[in-house]
Amino acid sequence: MINKEYDIVVVGAGPAGSMAARFAAEQGVSVLILEKDRDVGYPVRCGEAVSYAGVAEFIAPDERWINAHIKKFALISPDETEAVIEFDEEGLILERRIFDYELAKTASKAGAEILTRAYVNGLLYDDGKVSGVKFEHRGESKEVKAKIVIAADGVESRVGRWAGLKTHVDFRDMECCVQVTASGVNPDTDTCYFYFGKEYAPSGYLWVFPKGENIANVGLGVGGAIGKKSSALSFLNSFMEKKYPKASVLTSIAGGVPCSPTLDKISGPGIMLVGDAARQVNPLSGGGIASGMIGGKIAGTIAGESIRHKKPDHIFSYDKAWNDRLGKRHEIFNKIKNGIYGFTDEKFNSIAHSFNKVPKEKRALGNLFTTALIHNPSLLIDVAKVFLIK
Amino acid sequence: MITEYRLAKSGKLLIEILPDKCDFCGCCVGVCPEDAIELKEAEIFIIGPRCTNCAKCVWSCPIEVIKFNKDGVPVSKGQGL
Repeated sequence: MINKEYDIVVVGAGPAGSMAARFAAEQGVSVLILEKDRDVGYPVRCGEAVSYAGVAEFIAPDERWINAHIKKFALISPDETEAVIEFDEEGLILERRIFDYELAKTASKAGAEILTRAYVNGLLYDDGKVSGVKFEHRGESKEVKAKIVIAADGVESRVGRWAGLKTHVDFRDMECCVQVTASGVNPDTDTCYFYFGKEYAPSGYLWVFPKGENIANVGLGVGGAIGKKSSALSFLNSFMEKKYPKASVLTSIAGGVPCSPTLDKISGPGIMLVGDAARQVNPLSGGGIASGMIGGKIAGTIAGESIRHKKPDHIFSYDKAWNDRLGKRHEIFNKIKNGIYGFTDEKFNSIAHSFNKVPKEKRALGNLFTTALIHNPSLLIDVAKVFLIK
Repeated sequence: MITEYRLAKSGKLLIEILPDKCDFCGCCVGVCPEDAIELKEAEIFIIGPRCTNCAKCVWSCPIEVIKFNKDGVPVSKGQGL
């Protein structure tokens, strides 16, 4: 049984929502998470790649939800030249349906309550301030009051707009994605493969991420403007037919990744936005697991403090705290993305060729950037900023 | 026989979602400038009176589930207002 009122209600039980709930609940305030689907962690809408460090900040890595340990990146140009980069840090391919579940358990252990099949369809207001949510649960309309609502409702991000924040993403910045998890696909189990170019995925990239022996996530994202002519699905179908005609598809999913800088405003009276809902995604890679958890942690910590110290305005400090930790860096990544997505196939090819002339022991992500920069010097300023900001 | 059409913010609604093909991923909801798409766990429809027929949802759908129907969407198709 849930109560009529909580200090904090979190909408959405993905990684960002669970971390917001956990870091608030750890301070002893009351927290309820409402999840629209019947299961936490399912359906998965994700390529499932993340850095080891990005996960380890939040939960001890556990082989039950790790499918592969990544040591190498292979970047494949339109003429199929492979530029392989050995990683000095480790990457992971997750089993998100277990991972998300375990994250939600940490929130629950900290004292947060969780209700699934709870579809939030409106907000409550008190004197212009958000003061709770309306939701449907198993066919019944319900309401719950809250001093702070944290919107972790993913790419849709409707809760924020009901609170008056501008959350909709320019369709050109939406990476429209499809992915299959397929067996009969045999990438090296320690390598993530990225394909670039207009045949594979214009204004985006195609990925092959190993999920163990003989199985991989094969997916791609294309910029929304591409969809005027061809859908993401049509690109994936032609890649699968060409490259893996005999593969068996175990799951197929669609999804949108907002590849823009963070929203200008991610807090308002009684409301905070986290994760994809706040557009806290690395716009260059499209990765949002680690950055969403960081956003959730910052928001949950600040929300808890705001309740404990009875200072409602304290939540507005969240915007700056986020921008200092990652938001500013994402702005730079976004500029680099716009530079790279403007590259022609010829440019991708010649970058890969030049990179492969670098002696093997010296090949690193930095060299690849340097090579890319020779082709587009204006990127230099943006890259320099990435390292300056930290 | 007279066909009745669903209405958009002004005029006929020209955007049609094929719910049977939908993966309920939320991409279209994220790009909709008018908050005109309702999406539940496995249920989706356009809120006609809010829709401006801008077609951004059509372009962004990864799996070709949303169509631009220049003749208008009959009332008999799809749910919602």
